[in-house]
Amino acid sequence: MASLPMASLYASRRRRNAIAMSLSLIATAIGLGWLVAILGVLLWQGFSGLSLSVFTEMTPPPGAAGGLLNPIIGSLILTALAVAIGTPVGILAGTYMAEYGRYDRLSSVVRFINDILLSAPSIVIGLFIYEVMVAPMGHFSGLAGGVALAVIVLPVVVRTTEDMLTLVPNQLREAASALGMPRAYIIARMCYRAAKAGMITGVLLAIARISGETAPLLFTALNNQFWSTNLNAPMASLPVVIFQFALSPYKDWQQLAWTGALIITIAVLALSIIARALAARK
Amino acid sequence: MDPARRQPVVDVALQAGAVRVGERESRAKALDRVRAWDTAFRLLTRAAAISVLVILGGVILSLFIGSLPALQAFGFSFLTEQRWNPVTEKFGALAPIYGTLVTSFIAMLIAVPVGLMIAVFLTELCPKWIRRPIGIAIELLAGIPSIIYGIWGLFVFAPFLQDTLQPFLIATFGNVPVLSALFEGPPYGIGILTAGLVLAIMVLPFITSISRDVFEAVPPVLKEAAYGIGCTTWEVVRYVVLPYARVGVIGGVMLGLGRALGETMAVTFVIGNAHKISTSILAPGTTISATIANEFTEAVGDLYTSSLIALGLILFVITFIVLSTARYMLARIERRIG
Repeated sequence: MASLPMASLYASRRRRNAIAMSLSLIATAIGLGWLVAILGVLLWQGFSGLSLSVFTEMTPPPGAAGGLLNPIIGSLILTALAVAIGTPVGILAGTYMAEYGRYDRLSSVVRFINDILLSAPSIVIGLFIYEVMVAPMGHFSGLAGGVALAVIVLPVVVRTTEDMLTLVPNQLREAASALGMPRAYIIARMCYRAAKAGMITGVLLAIARISGETAPLLFTALNNQFWSTNLNAPMASLPVVIFQFALSPYKDWQQLAWTGALIITIAVLALSIIARALAARK
Repeated sequence: MDPARRQPVVDVALQAGAVRVGERESRAKALDRVRAWDTAFRLLTRAAAISVLVILGGVILSLFIGSLPALQAFGFSFLTEQRWNPVTEKFGALAPIYGTLVTSFIAMLIAVPVGLMIAVFLTELCPKWIRRPIGIAIELLAGIPSIIYGIWGLFVFAPFLQDTLQPFLIATFGNVPVLSALFEGPPYGIGILTAGLVLAIMVLPFITSISRDVFEAVPPVLKEAAYGIGCTTWEVVRYVVLPYARVGVIGGVMLGLGRALGETMAVTFVIGNAHKISTSILAPGTTISATIANEFTEAVGDLYTSSLIALGLILFVITFIVLSTARYMLARIERRIG
């Protein structure tokens, strides 16, 4: 008789456990299923509009056939510009924090601010670049778009560079120092070499991050219906074109928006997978 | 080592081509040059590190200067007024602020429990071989650009909600006294609720991957001890894992919240862009970021532009507070893990 309340206690605990565990299973199924559903629709809609002309023709006026050549090229130019500006500064800043001032006050402040910048709303970055570049110059430009994206690249590169350089064993540095190698050469010839894979991963992740960024481009690079590689003029980019086309009432444009979305997603996924493979090989 | 091969370092550096000097230059000069380069490099990296601070300072300063005209014209009422009239140039930020907070609240309401449960599944229940693939899938999904979620929300999710969930909510709660106000009006498809749901899907991978990381950092000994005295899996999670990981989980949630608050594209597609506050979450609304994205390039007049920049400043201040709290908490748990 005495075992009865115990037995019911066990049963209720077991029941509670079963409920909680099935809830977690359901949550996983729903969460993953949902995300798979989004990718499925994207693949379906995107592939049905994918053809060679997407890569060879300009964005069309409403009702005509066309492609996404100018926004694709525009995106590539803007990304290259952003990486060219953001990466060197980011690597140098990360170097300072990991090599020269690992424990000093400046580094901890920069680390904190950098983490804030890392997840700051990108539309605010767009406003910032508008204020400091577009407004004084008097017109929208590809250059401003590239700088806006560079501001987003910077914190990603700073973070990974610092993390990767911190992983380089101190014995290596000490050995190089013992040979009389100056600090700058230790860093440039030894630490960078040891941390290369990780730093490249950081840059790839940064590219993946900016290739889908729309908000900071809306009022910096703006958009351009035509072929333009002039950095001083408005420049088309895939995300902005997707934004514009998807919200338009025209079926052709909406189809192109889906195709553009597919291209971006594939590019981003490919970049992240390559980055992960590089990081895993170490 | 053979004494003949033992050379001073400068010679090694010279031979290795690390320093290029003409034949006539003395070693002392070469050393000076090395030293100069060394100092220059250190100062360069220091300048780069400071540039990060300069950028943040620049963001705050430029937003503040840009929003001065609006703040001077409307003063404190900018925060408390709902009106948004480009024709009469009367602007108030209450509707976008309200929309931002409500959509993020809906998003967190859904994403936090679901994300935590997925993390529990991944760390406690999931067979080992499937753990890594699911973990990687979630991290990849976290990297998908928000515009993808936006276009999906507009073309697939909003029509779906219009046909299913929204009529259901109206029919179910239409006659319940308080809740009926929450689900009032026709099912538009787009609106506050839809934006909140899309945001929930977007921040789900963030919350999941951070909570999984903190759960995994719980020392196995603690869990084993709890299992050893006969706890069920749920009891281990509830009384050991969650209390231990609490600070980290809150940090992760705040990080997700920071994303949700500032998210632009996913919301702009499905929010409906209506500058009014309605009690119904089925009604269209607007958020700070959606307002800026939709109206900034079309804004004419200094006051209109300045009001939009002031919105940006408000958004930045809100996310700054949320993000710094998140970072502070995550740093605390990192210190504890060592």
